[in-house]
Amino acid sequence: MSGLSLSHEPVTGVPNGKLAMWIFLASEIMFFTGFFGAFIVLRNSNLELFSHSAGELNKGLALLNTFILIGSSLTMALSILNLEKGNTAKFRLFLGLTILCGFGFLIVKTIEYTTKFGHHIFPWTNVFFSFYFIMTGFHALHVIAGMIPMFFMFIKSFTKKGYNYPTKVETLGLYWHFVDLVWIFLFPVLYLIFPSH
Amino acid sequence: MQTAVANANEIHGHDTHHGADHAHHELSFIRKYIFSTDHKVIAKQFMAVSLFFLFVGGLFALMIRWQIAYPGSAIPLIGNILPNSWVSDGAVTANFYTQLLTLHGTVMIFYVIIPLAVGMFGNFCIPLMIGTDDMALPRLNMFSFWLVPPAGLIMLSGFFYDSGTAAAGWTGYPPLGPTSGPGQTTWLVSLFMIGFSSIMGGTNYMATVLNKRAKGLQLLQMPLTVWALFITAILITLGTPVLAAAIAMQICDQYLHTGFFMPDNLLVTAPDNTYVTNAFIAQGNQLLEHKQLLGGGGQPILWQHMFWFYSHPAVYIMILPGMGIVSDVLSTFARKPIYGYKAMIFAIMAIAFLGFIVWGHHMFQSGMNPLLGTTFMLSTILIAVPSAIKVFNWLGTIWKGNIRFTAANMNALAFIATFIIGGLSGVFMASAPVDIYIHDTYFIVAHIHYVLFGGALFAIFAGIYYWFPKMYGKMLNENLGRKHFYWSFVFFNLTFYPMHILGVGGHMRRIYNPYIYEFLQPLQPMNQFVTFAAIILGFSQLILVVNILWSLKYGKAAPRNPWQSNSIEWSAPAHPGHGNFDTDIVVYRGPYEYSVPGRESDFYPQTEPPSENEVPVHSGH
Ligand code: HEM
Ligand SMILES: [Cu+2]
Repeated sequence: MSGLSLSHEPVTGVPNGKLAMWIFLASEIMFFTGFFGAFIVLRNSNLELFSHSAGELNKGLALLNTFILIGSSLTMALSILNLEKGNTAKFRLFLGLTILCGFGFLIVKTIEYTTKFGHHIFPWTNVFFSFYFIMTGFHALHVIAGMIPMFFMFIKSFTKKGYNYPTKVETLGLYWHFVDLVWIFLFPVLYLIFPSH
Repeated sequence: MQTAVANANEIHGHDTHHGADHAHHELSFIRKYIFSTDHKVIAKQFMAVSLFFLFVGGLFALMIRWQIAYPGSAIPLIGNILPNSWVSDGAVTANFYTQLLTLHGTVMIFYVIIPLAVGMFGNFCIPLMIGTDDMALPRLNMFSFWLVPPAGLIMLSGFFYDSGTAAAGWTGYPPLGPTSGPGQTTWLVSLFMIGFSSIMGGTNYMATVLNKRAKGLQLLQMPLTVWALFITAILITLGTPVLAAAIAMQICDQYLHTGFFMPDNLLVTAPDNTYVTNAFIAQGNQLLEHKQLLGGGGQPILWQHMFWFYSHPAVYIMILPGMGIVSDVLSTFARKPIYGYKAMIFAIMAIAFLGFIVWGHHMFQSGMNPLLGTTFMLSTILIAVPSAIKVFNWLGTIWKGNIRFTAANMNALAFIATFIIGGLSGVFMASAPVDIYIHDTYFIVAHIHYVLFGGALFAIFAGIYYWFPKMYGKMLNENLGRKHFYWSFVFFNLTFYPMHILGVGGHMRRIYNPYIYEFLQPLQPMNQFVTFAAIILGFSQLILVVNILWSLKYGKAAPRNPWQSNSIEWSAPAHPGHGNFDTDIVVYRGPYEYSVPGRESDFYPQTEPPSENEVPVHSGH
């Protein structure tokens, strides 16, 4: 830009996109806090109903999904590490594995939902299941939203130019870990904290 | 508006052609003016869209006012051309009245004040005032604007449903909200979209302030406008998502018949349907025809908590940018440093923090636990302290100043006056025992208009008069500016001051025909007075539009620094192009060094290097 240096290195040392992602994640935390807060309030006024309904959830599948997501966080971290080291093949491998984990998570979620529907359990069945569907539903949407850019990076890594933006992958990684973390909260809150019947 | 914007861009000021322009590839018209990533163009887009909505919302208000002054009589001029589903014999129907009321509030808050205060000024001021070329993430910025026009269209489209648009008030309380027709859905979806736009904007503003400050610019040397917008961005990113969650829940209540906000044993008879909850049926009640099952098990008050958790901070989202603008305008035109710079920043932070813990003051009458009410009452009254700090500091700033009565400054001075009145009525209402009497009356309406019209909007006017030269490279006409101010200020007060009296007289808000109550009949003359004042107030705003359009075409070319201001944006070319500055920016001092003793000129720009024989002062931190 004609010799002007207005656009200098970021003052904080954190790249713009990454800084914005941190801020956006704070916002995301508040989004899920809205649901968790509402959940706590209505749980306290429907204790019996909540613990009774939570017993119908499939803890096994949820546990499986927990492992899948934690695993995907690991592969995501490894893919970033390898891109930074310039090891494109491994970057691609681990990114691909992350995407697979994402699909795995969604498939398990679909199985969970369809068995619920099979048992005539719907979002309108009672307020516990309203929460169950809206919270896990929004979480699943977040998983999908993370997989889309991952998919583009993955495709691009096969082109001649390859994909060589470690900061962008790292920023996406931040988001992905966050999505993982939300699940780490959802799992106990929805599936575990109630005494089963 | 768009062509006017384009026009102004072609007529470059005398020193606009700078290097940055040439280094760029020629951008196509579409990239330059429509899908632009230039923060200044985006600011102008926000301005155009929001001013359009200002007139839409204003029209709604005047139709509401006509009904209150002359219930059942035809609206002059337009009454007889409106569709029959809206009016009968030219007078608004009760149903349409409630829709107007709902959309007036929603449009003014979400499509006028927030996009003007935050969208327009945030975009225009932040990069220029911190001496950088653009936002941290210009493309995100473009997306954040381009969600607004579709959201606005969706909002207005609700009117064309047979059952009309949202009519549950701008607060959308359940059970009324989720049991209304599709208009409520357009309302919810539109708010979700504009909320997302806000969050993208807020994220970007924060990243920009933190990462892109010019060389030498410390945080504590930023103008208060930037500080205010920065803190506002925090409120936006932390508050808006909670509203988004609540909106998602209300949409589910409406379409999936979940029961987040629906209590058990609820039965609602709406024109199109009867809504009952599962529990109601389970207790052996008879099934009704056209029944819609609702989930039940929820709490209507839960929505209120979530809504106000966002919407109280939102009132500070609307006023804080204005407070920042007013601080800069007052200091510039009093030719004095802002009084208590750090105290001002502290006060902004305190207001923002307290703003998150006072939301319950909207719910004293909702059936909340009275103990909670006391807590909310105390925290609310506490917020008057930082507010008062700000008012005293503004007064300290103009005290014995060499005041220049420009249009910008008159609007800023008016802001102080009206904010004091609005703040004081706020303290009345903050006291729970008093609020039990005045809640849901015109007293509240008076309060919100003193802080939002008298406060936020006057500050926005001040900002428009102040920065217009830098935005468009043209001076606004001062004479028209002053006329706009006088008419607005006088008729603003004549419109809204009497509403305090109406409210204390027991006149409820949102009522279609107050005179069905005998005790309100004596208030009709006052209502008629208010309506005429409101009509004149509405038409006075045309002066602003004429001024803007006239000045874009015939206005004097603006110099670089028409107001002899210190802050960095005035070092940019008169009408900056993409990239903003034609020199490198190095910052040597804070923005308020006016009338420094021993200096010849009464201002000292932030970017002016210290003269050689001067001992450099370490200002700021
Ligand atoms: C000293 C500062 C303030 C205090 C103590 C205060 C207090 C209150 C209280 C207690 C209410 C609820 C009244 C009721 O519904 O019964 C209220 C309503 C309201 N306030 Fe304020 N307020 C203050 C400043 C502001 C500011 C700066 C704004 C906006 C820029 C604002 C906007 C509103 C709005 C829009 C409502 C009405 C909401 C509705 O029910 O539709 N207030 N205020
Ligand atoms: Cu409030």
